[in-house]
Amino acid sequence: MTKPESEWTWKELPVGNVILEPGNASQYRTGDWKSLKPVLNKDLCIHCGLCYIFCPDMAYNLNAEGYFIADLFYCKGCGICAKECPTQAITMVVEEEEK
Amino acid sequence: MGKRVGMEVSIAAAEAVKQANVDVVSAYPITPQTHIVEHLSELVANGEMDAEFFCVESEHSALSVCVGSEATGARSFTCTSSQGLALMSEITYIASPLRLPIVMIISNRTLSAPLSIWNDHSDVMSIRDCGWIQFFTENGQEVYDHVFIAYRVGEEREVLLPVIVNMDGFILSHVIEPIELIEQEKVDQFLPPYQPLHRLHPDRPVTMGAFALPSIFAEAKKAQEVVLQSSMSKIIEVWKEFGDLTGRYYNPIETYRSEDADTLLVTMGCFGETASVAVDQMREEGRSVGLVKIRLWRPFPFEEFKKATLHAKQLVVIDRAVSVGGPGGPVASEVKSALYGVDGHPIVYNFVAGISGRDVAPADFIKMVDKAEIEIEEGNKEGYEIYGVRE
Repeated sequence: MTKPESEWTWKELPVGNVILEPGNASQYRTGDWKSLKPVLNKDLCIHCGLCYIFCPDMAYNLNAEGYFIADLFYCKGCGICAKECPTQAITMVVEEEEK
Repeated sequence: MGKRVGMEVSIAAAEAVKQANVDVVSAYPITPQTHIVEHLSELVANGEMDAEFFCVESEHSALSVCVGSEATGARSFTCTSSQGLALMSEITYIASPLRLPIVMIISNRTLSAPLSIWNDHSDVMSIRDCGWIQFFTENGQEVYDHVFIAYRVGEEREVLLPVIVNMDGFILSHVIEPIELIEQEKVDQFLPPYQPLHRLHPDRPVTMGAFALPSIFAEAKKAQEVVLQSSMSKIIEVWKEFGDLTGRYYNPIETYRSEDADTLLVTMGCFGETASVAVDQMREEGRSVGLVKIRLWRPFPFEEFKKATLHAKQLVVIDRAVSVGGPGGPVASEVKSALYGVDGHPIVYNFVAGISGRDVAPADFIKMVDKAEIEIEEGNKEGYEIYGVRE
């Protein structure tokens, strides 16, 4: 269904509330739970990938330049990446609401 | 016509499960349901029934297995009583919105405490709102027949809901009655193989039982409410078809000598047969008394109930469970809801009787009618009491 779930009527729900499309949890924005977001200092990054490994939400992806970057659509701001980073390249900063 | 055989009602119920070509039996023995599960276990072990029999460690697991097996498209059966149902209750609320047409027989027994193994309806009333279709039966034949009816109704594409068949523990479950068995060809004709709409299969993965946010939960509940309410027409259709096949016709509300009666006894379950004997005795004495029996508890047949009762002056509703701290018994509560807002509706007098298996004989029904008529005459129009309690 193209429209968001929050606009479905009761008649549009599949029988038994079955999810027919596998993996549709990826459409769920968990990024709006956070108050802090990770910011990477590329000068300190050694590309070890520990942030990627430890991220409980699989929010980190490897970009074309070889850096692991958190996808803020999913990142909940838990700070595990910053805690685990061996070179303190990741800092958690207050996420300002975009005006 | 099928063969008529003397059989314990629990055994007849198990035979019906076998004849219904059930694929999965998952149940945990508990008095007074034990004979059903024991007999099914024997049938499977002896190779007389081609099903998987799951020896689970609890009733919670028994129904959980059924949820899983039914989700794969396997016709599944469980049965329980009392504390077992209480342990299962969490899963009863899960099976219905998942739209899994599991069938469960409840051999109704009192919920503890005080600990009791005997019959009343307190077990099933504890899961009244679980969203299953719920039948009550009066005798062994009705139990046997309703196993087939339950699967047929539940598996209808427009329904797809789990179904409970209630039978009073011991009073029905442990008595030997003449049961007219249905020929297997007729059963197969009435109950074709289950064709699930969605099922768990590796070739086409789906998710069942997913999380719902508040933004969609109310819509999901509305869908569940509508499907249970609208299952009524399908239930009636299936009963008609079953009647045409076997000669035994069933209705959501059944009546006995009620058309011209001023006073109507209202019962649910095996009380009905005893009460009909009491009605005959009172009729012989020239009293204007009839009987109305509720067969379909969920969805509750409000319109049929009103049609059967609005001509009467008073209803004597006999419950077999107490809604402690509430307005009386759960059946009387529903009856009052059905009549609310109808001008000149009959007065409802409520007794709770036969709890924890205490015998209720025809003479007791007559005493309850006597008491209700006197109380109402004296102006007590909201009467409710537990019958026969020693003061």
